[in-house]
Amino acid sequence: MHRSTSGFSPRWLLRLAIAGLLGIGITLGLAPAAWAEDLNLTVRVQDEERNAIPDAAITVEGDDGYSAAGVTDGEGIALIPVPANSIVTVTLDEATVTQPVIEGNVREVSILSRDKTVIFRLGEGGGGGDGGSSITMERVLQLLFGGIVLSFIIALASLGLSLIFGTTGLTNFSHGELLTLGAFTALVLNTAGGLNIIIAAPIAIILSAALWGWGQNQVLWKPLRRKGTGLIAAMIVSIGLAITVRYLIVFFFGGAPKSFEQFAGQPPIDLGPIFVTPKELILSGIAIVVLIATVWWLKVSRLGKATRAVSDNPALASSSGVNVELVISAVWILGAGLAAYAGVFLGLTQNVVWTMGQYLLLTFFAAVVLGGLGTIGGAIVGSFVVGITVQLSTLLVPTELKTAAALFLMIILLLIRPQGLLGRRERVG
Amino acid sequence: MDFGFILSQSITQAIGVTAIIYCIAAIGLNVQFGYGGLLNFGQVGFVAIGAYSVGATVVKVGSSLWLGIIIGILLGIALALLLGIPTLRLRADYLAIVTIAASEIIRFASKSIDFLGGAQGVTGPIGADFYALNPFPESVDRIGFGDFSFTRIDMWLVITGWAIIALITLLTWALMRSPWGRVVKGIREDEDAVRSLGKNTYLFKLQVLILGGVFGSLAGMYSAVAKGAVQPDGFVPDFTFFLYVMLILGGTARVMGPLLGAAIFWFLLVFVEQTLKEGVSSGVISFITTTQIGPIRFILVGVGLMLLMIFRPQGILGDRKELMLDAR
Repeated sequence: MHRSTSGFSPRWLLRLAIAGLLGIGITLGLAPAAWAEDLNLTVRVQDEERNAIPDAAITVEGDDGYSAAGVTDGEGIALIPVPANSIVTVTLDEATVTQPVIEGNVREVSILSRDKTVIFRLGEGGGGGDGGSSITMERVLQLLFGGIVLSFIIALASLGLSLIFGTTGLTNFSHGELLTLGAFTALVLNTAGGLNIIIAAPIAIILSAALWGWGQNQVLWKPLRRKGTGLIAAMIVSIGLAITVRYLIVFFFGGAPKSFEQFAGQPPIDLGPIFVTPKELILSGIAIVVLIATVWWLKVSRLGKATRAVSDNPALASSSGVNVELVISAVWILGAGLAAYAGVFLGLTQNVVWTMGQYLLLTFFAAVVLGGLGTIGGAIVGSFVVGITVQLSTLLVPTELKTAAALFLMIILLLIRPQGLLGRRERVG
Repeated sequence: MDFGFILSQSITQAIGVTAIIYCIAAIGLNVQFGYGGLLNFGQVGFVAIGAYSVGATVVKVGSSLWLGIIIGILLGIALALLLGIPTLRLRADYLAIVTIAASEIIRFASKSIDFLGGAQGVTGPIGADFYALNPFPESVDRIGFGDFSFTRIDMWLVITGWAIIALITLLTWALMRSPWGRVVKGIREDEDAVRSLGKNTYLFKLQVLILGGVFGSLAGMYSAVAKGAVQPDGFVPDFTFFLYVMLILGGTARVMGPLLGAAIFWFLLVFVEQTLKEGVSSGVISFITTTQIGPIRFILVGVGLMLLMIFRPQGILGDRKELMLDAR
């Protein structure tokens, strides 16, 4: 960031105070008073062809005398409320089903702060030998599809992260929270505002781009650049911002995951070898259009070209007549808007929870670093490498390690090719 | 509202076990970040390594705590080498991303290894060898006066903890005023200048990472002994970020910075929490509920970190000129 002598003025503090009060006021006004703290355990019962098995009896038992029961519906699903931060034992009553249960009818599940799903599969378990854990073509394709869907979410967020890094030099540790804020803005409009998510999502994206993107830059980063704050100091400020935003969300909305009112339990459709939900297809389709449009805008439009010029060399761009601050504002608006869409995407396909951005932040970094820090094509290529690695790695390593696999890949690549896949050598100092 | 109780609780926490754990780890971070200028965002990885070393050695293998401590130190060195050899040639922001990634890999991996107890971690009499040396007789119930007191076990833990802090602080102080320390500080200021004087800056940075990492590992061992448990989800990146808050609050690159920072951090955190709790339960504060008190603490931490970094990056003890904290 550039250096100059002017410091923080009282006017700036006033602006900060007003913006903060406004933000809190808006959120307080819209936030519903009570949120249920119980989580949902989804139990699915299927046969080997993934046909739903109805009328299977499920019992769930946990600590402190907690117990609950349910019966699967026509879609083979039973929804059972469970307490957060507990370990529960899920039992499928074998007398209520006609086929044996693969991998046993008792499962132990640790519930932390998110909804969980338990799948019981019925059948002889033949073919692959050890049932669900064998590598079949079907499983590879299913994971590959999941990986591509995840890649879109990562790409939408990483593109903004990379652009902000390129134009301002800021390694933004609060970029994950842009995603979370986008999802929660949509959630408030959807649940408290009563708008259908199809209407709420675009409004939330525009609001996020304005408030959390442009507003954040105006209130925080622009004054810091004027003040001449160093890049490392700015990085630490972004960590403080991330912590603040996360816990403000917990303060107002609680820690339990939430869903949008529409499309929450959409049943998957059978596409030959794989199962997909229509919402995943539609959201991915929009993501493709959004990503192409963004890249096209960067390549063709005047402001897009200016953005790339600033990324390349801010001083030279500035002296060639490019309005650097305008470019930075544009990049923040774009970055926050893209991240908000990623948040809505993730919220619709999984759920809306205060840690959703935090969990993904390192995969954004991995994607951006893999592709080459500050390059535009690199962020997208890196996102696909990371997203697909995360999902496919579960074929070989335990599920807990899937994010670790992508991080490991990033570290290995840094050793071999520090500039990233598409980066230029001189970028790394 | 009983302010005497709130105050004594806060002071007890400011010098208590949790503050000691963070303080030891923060001293390590001070060596790396404050003196060496290395942006280690994965200090919690070293803490995890230390905690699991003693936890697994005592509970899973059944060997002595002292062997666990030796293993912990060796693994701390090994992790520093593993991280440092490839990454210390990279730019500062790359080092930050790689170290935070490594600490997350350690956490995910420890959750999936059965030997380390999986997601439940290791629980057991990890500190038995240490507690056997407790000089306070079992007949003594609490030591201290009024609300301000510790149990005999806590007293023994606190005394040992502060002894460890005193030792490593003294070591840091001695090292940093030695010729070695001057080279390290020189690298932080201008690596190229030091290199042009014929110093192998890479080796110096590696040594700094090892020293700070071993301190981090010590913090983990102390935590495992004090809590009698090692839980993987305690080792989240926020742990490292809290260390930065303490370090910057106290004063980066100051020998007493992490001590002051950790004590004030925990004092304020507990003071705010207890005041709010008392306020809510006595009906003085009615606009929040008890479940909202937890988040408030963290909001204050986040806002505090931002304000400190913007308005007073040198903290309480620091020297602004020594610490410009600029790029590279």
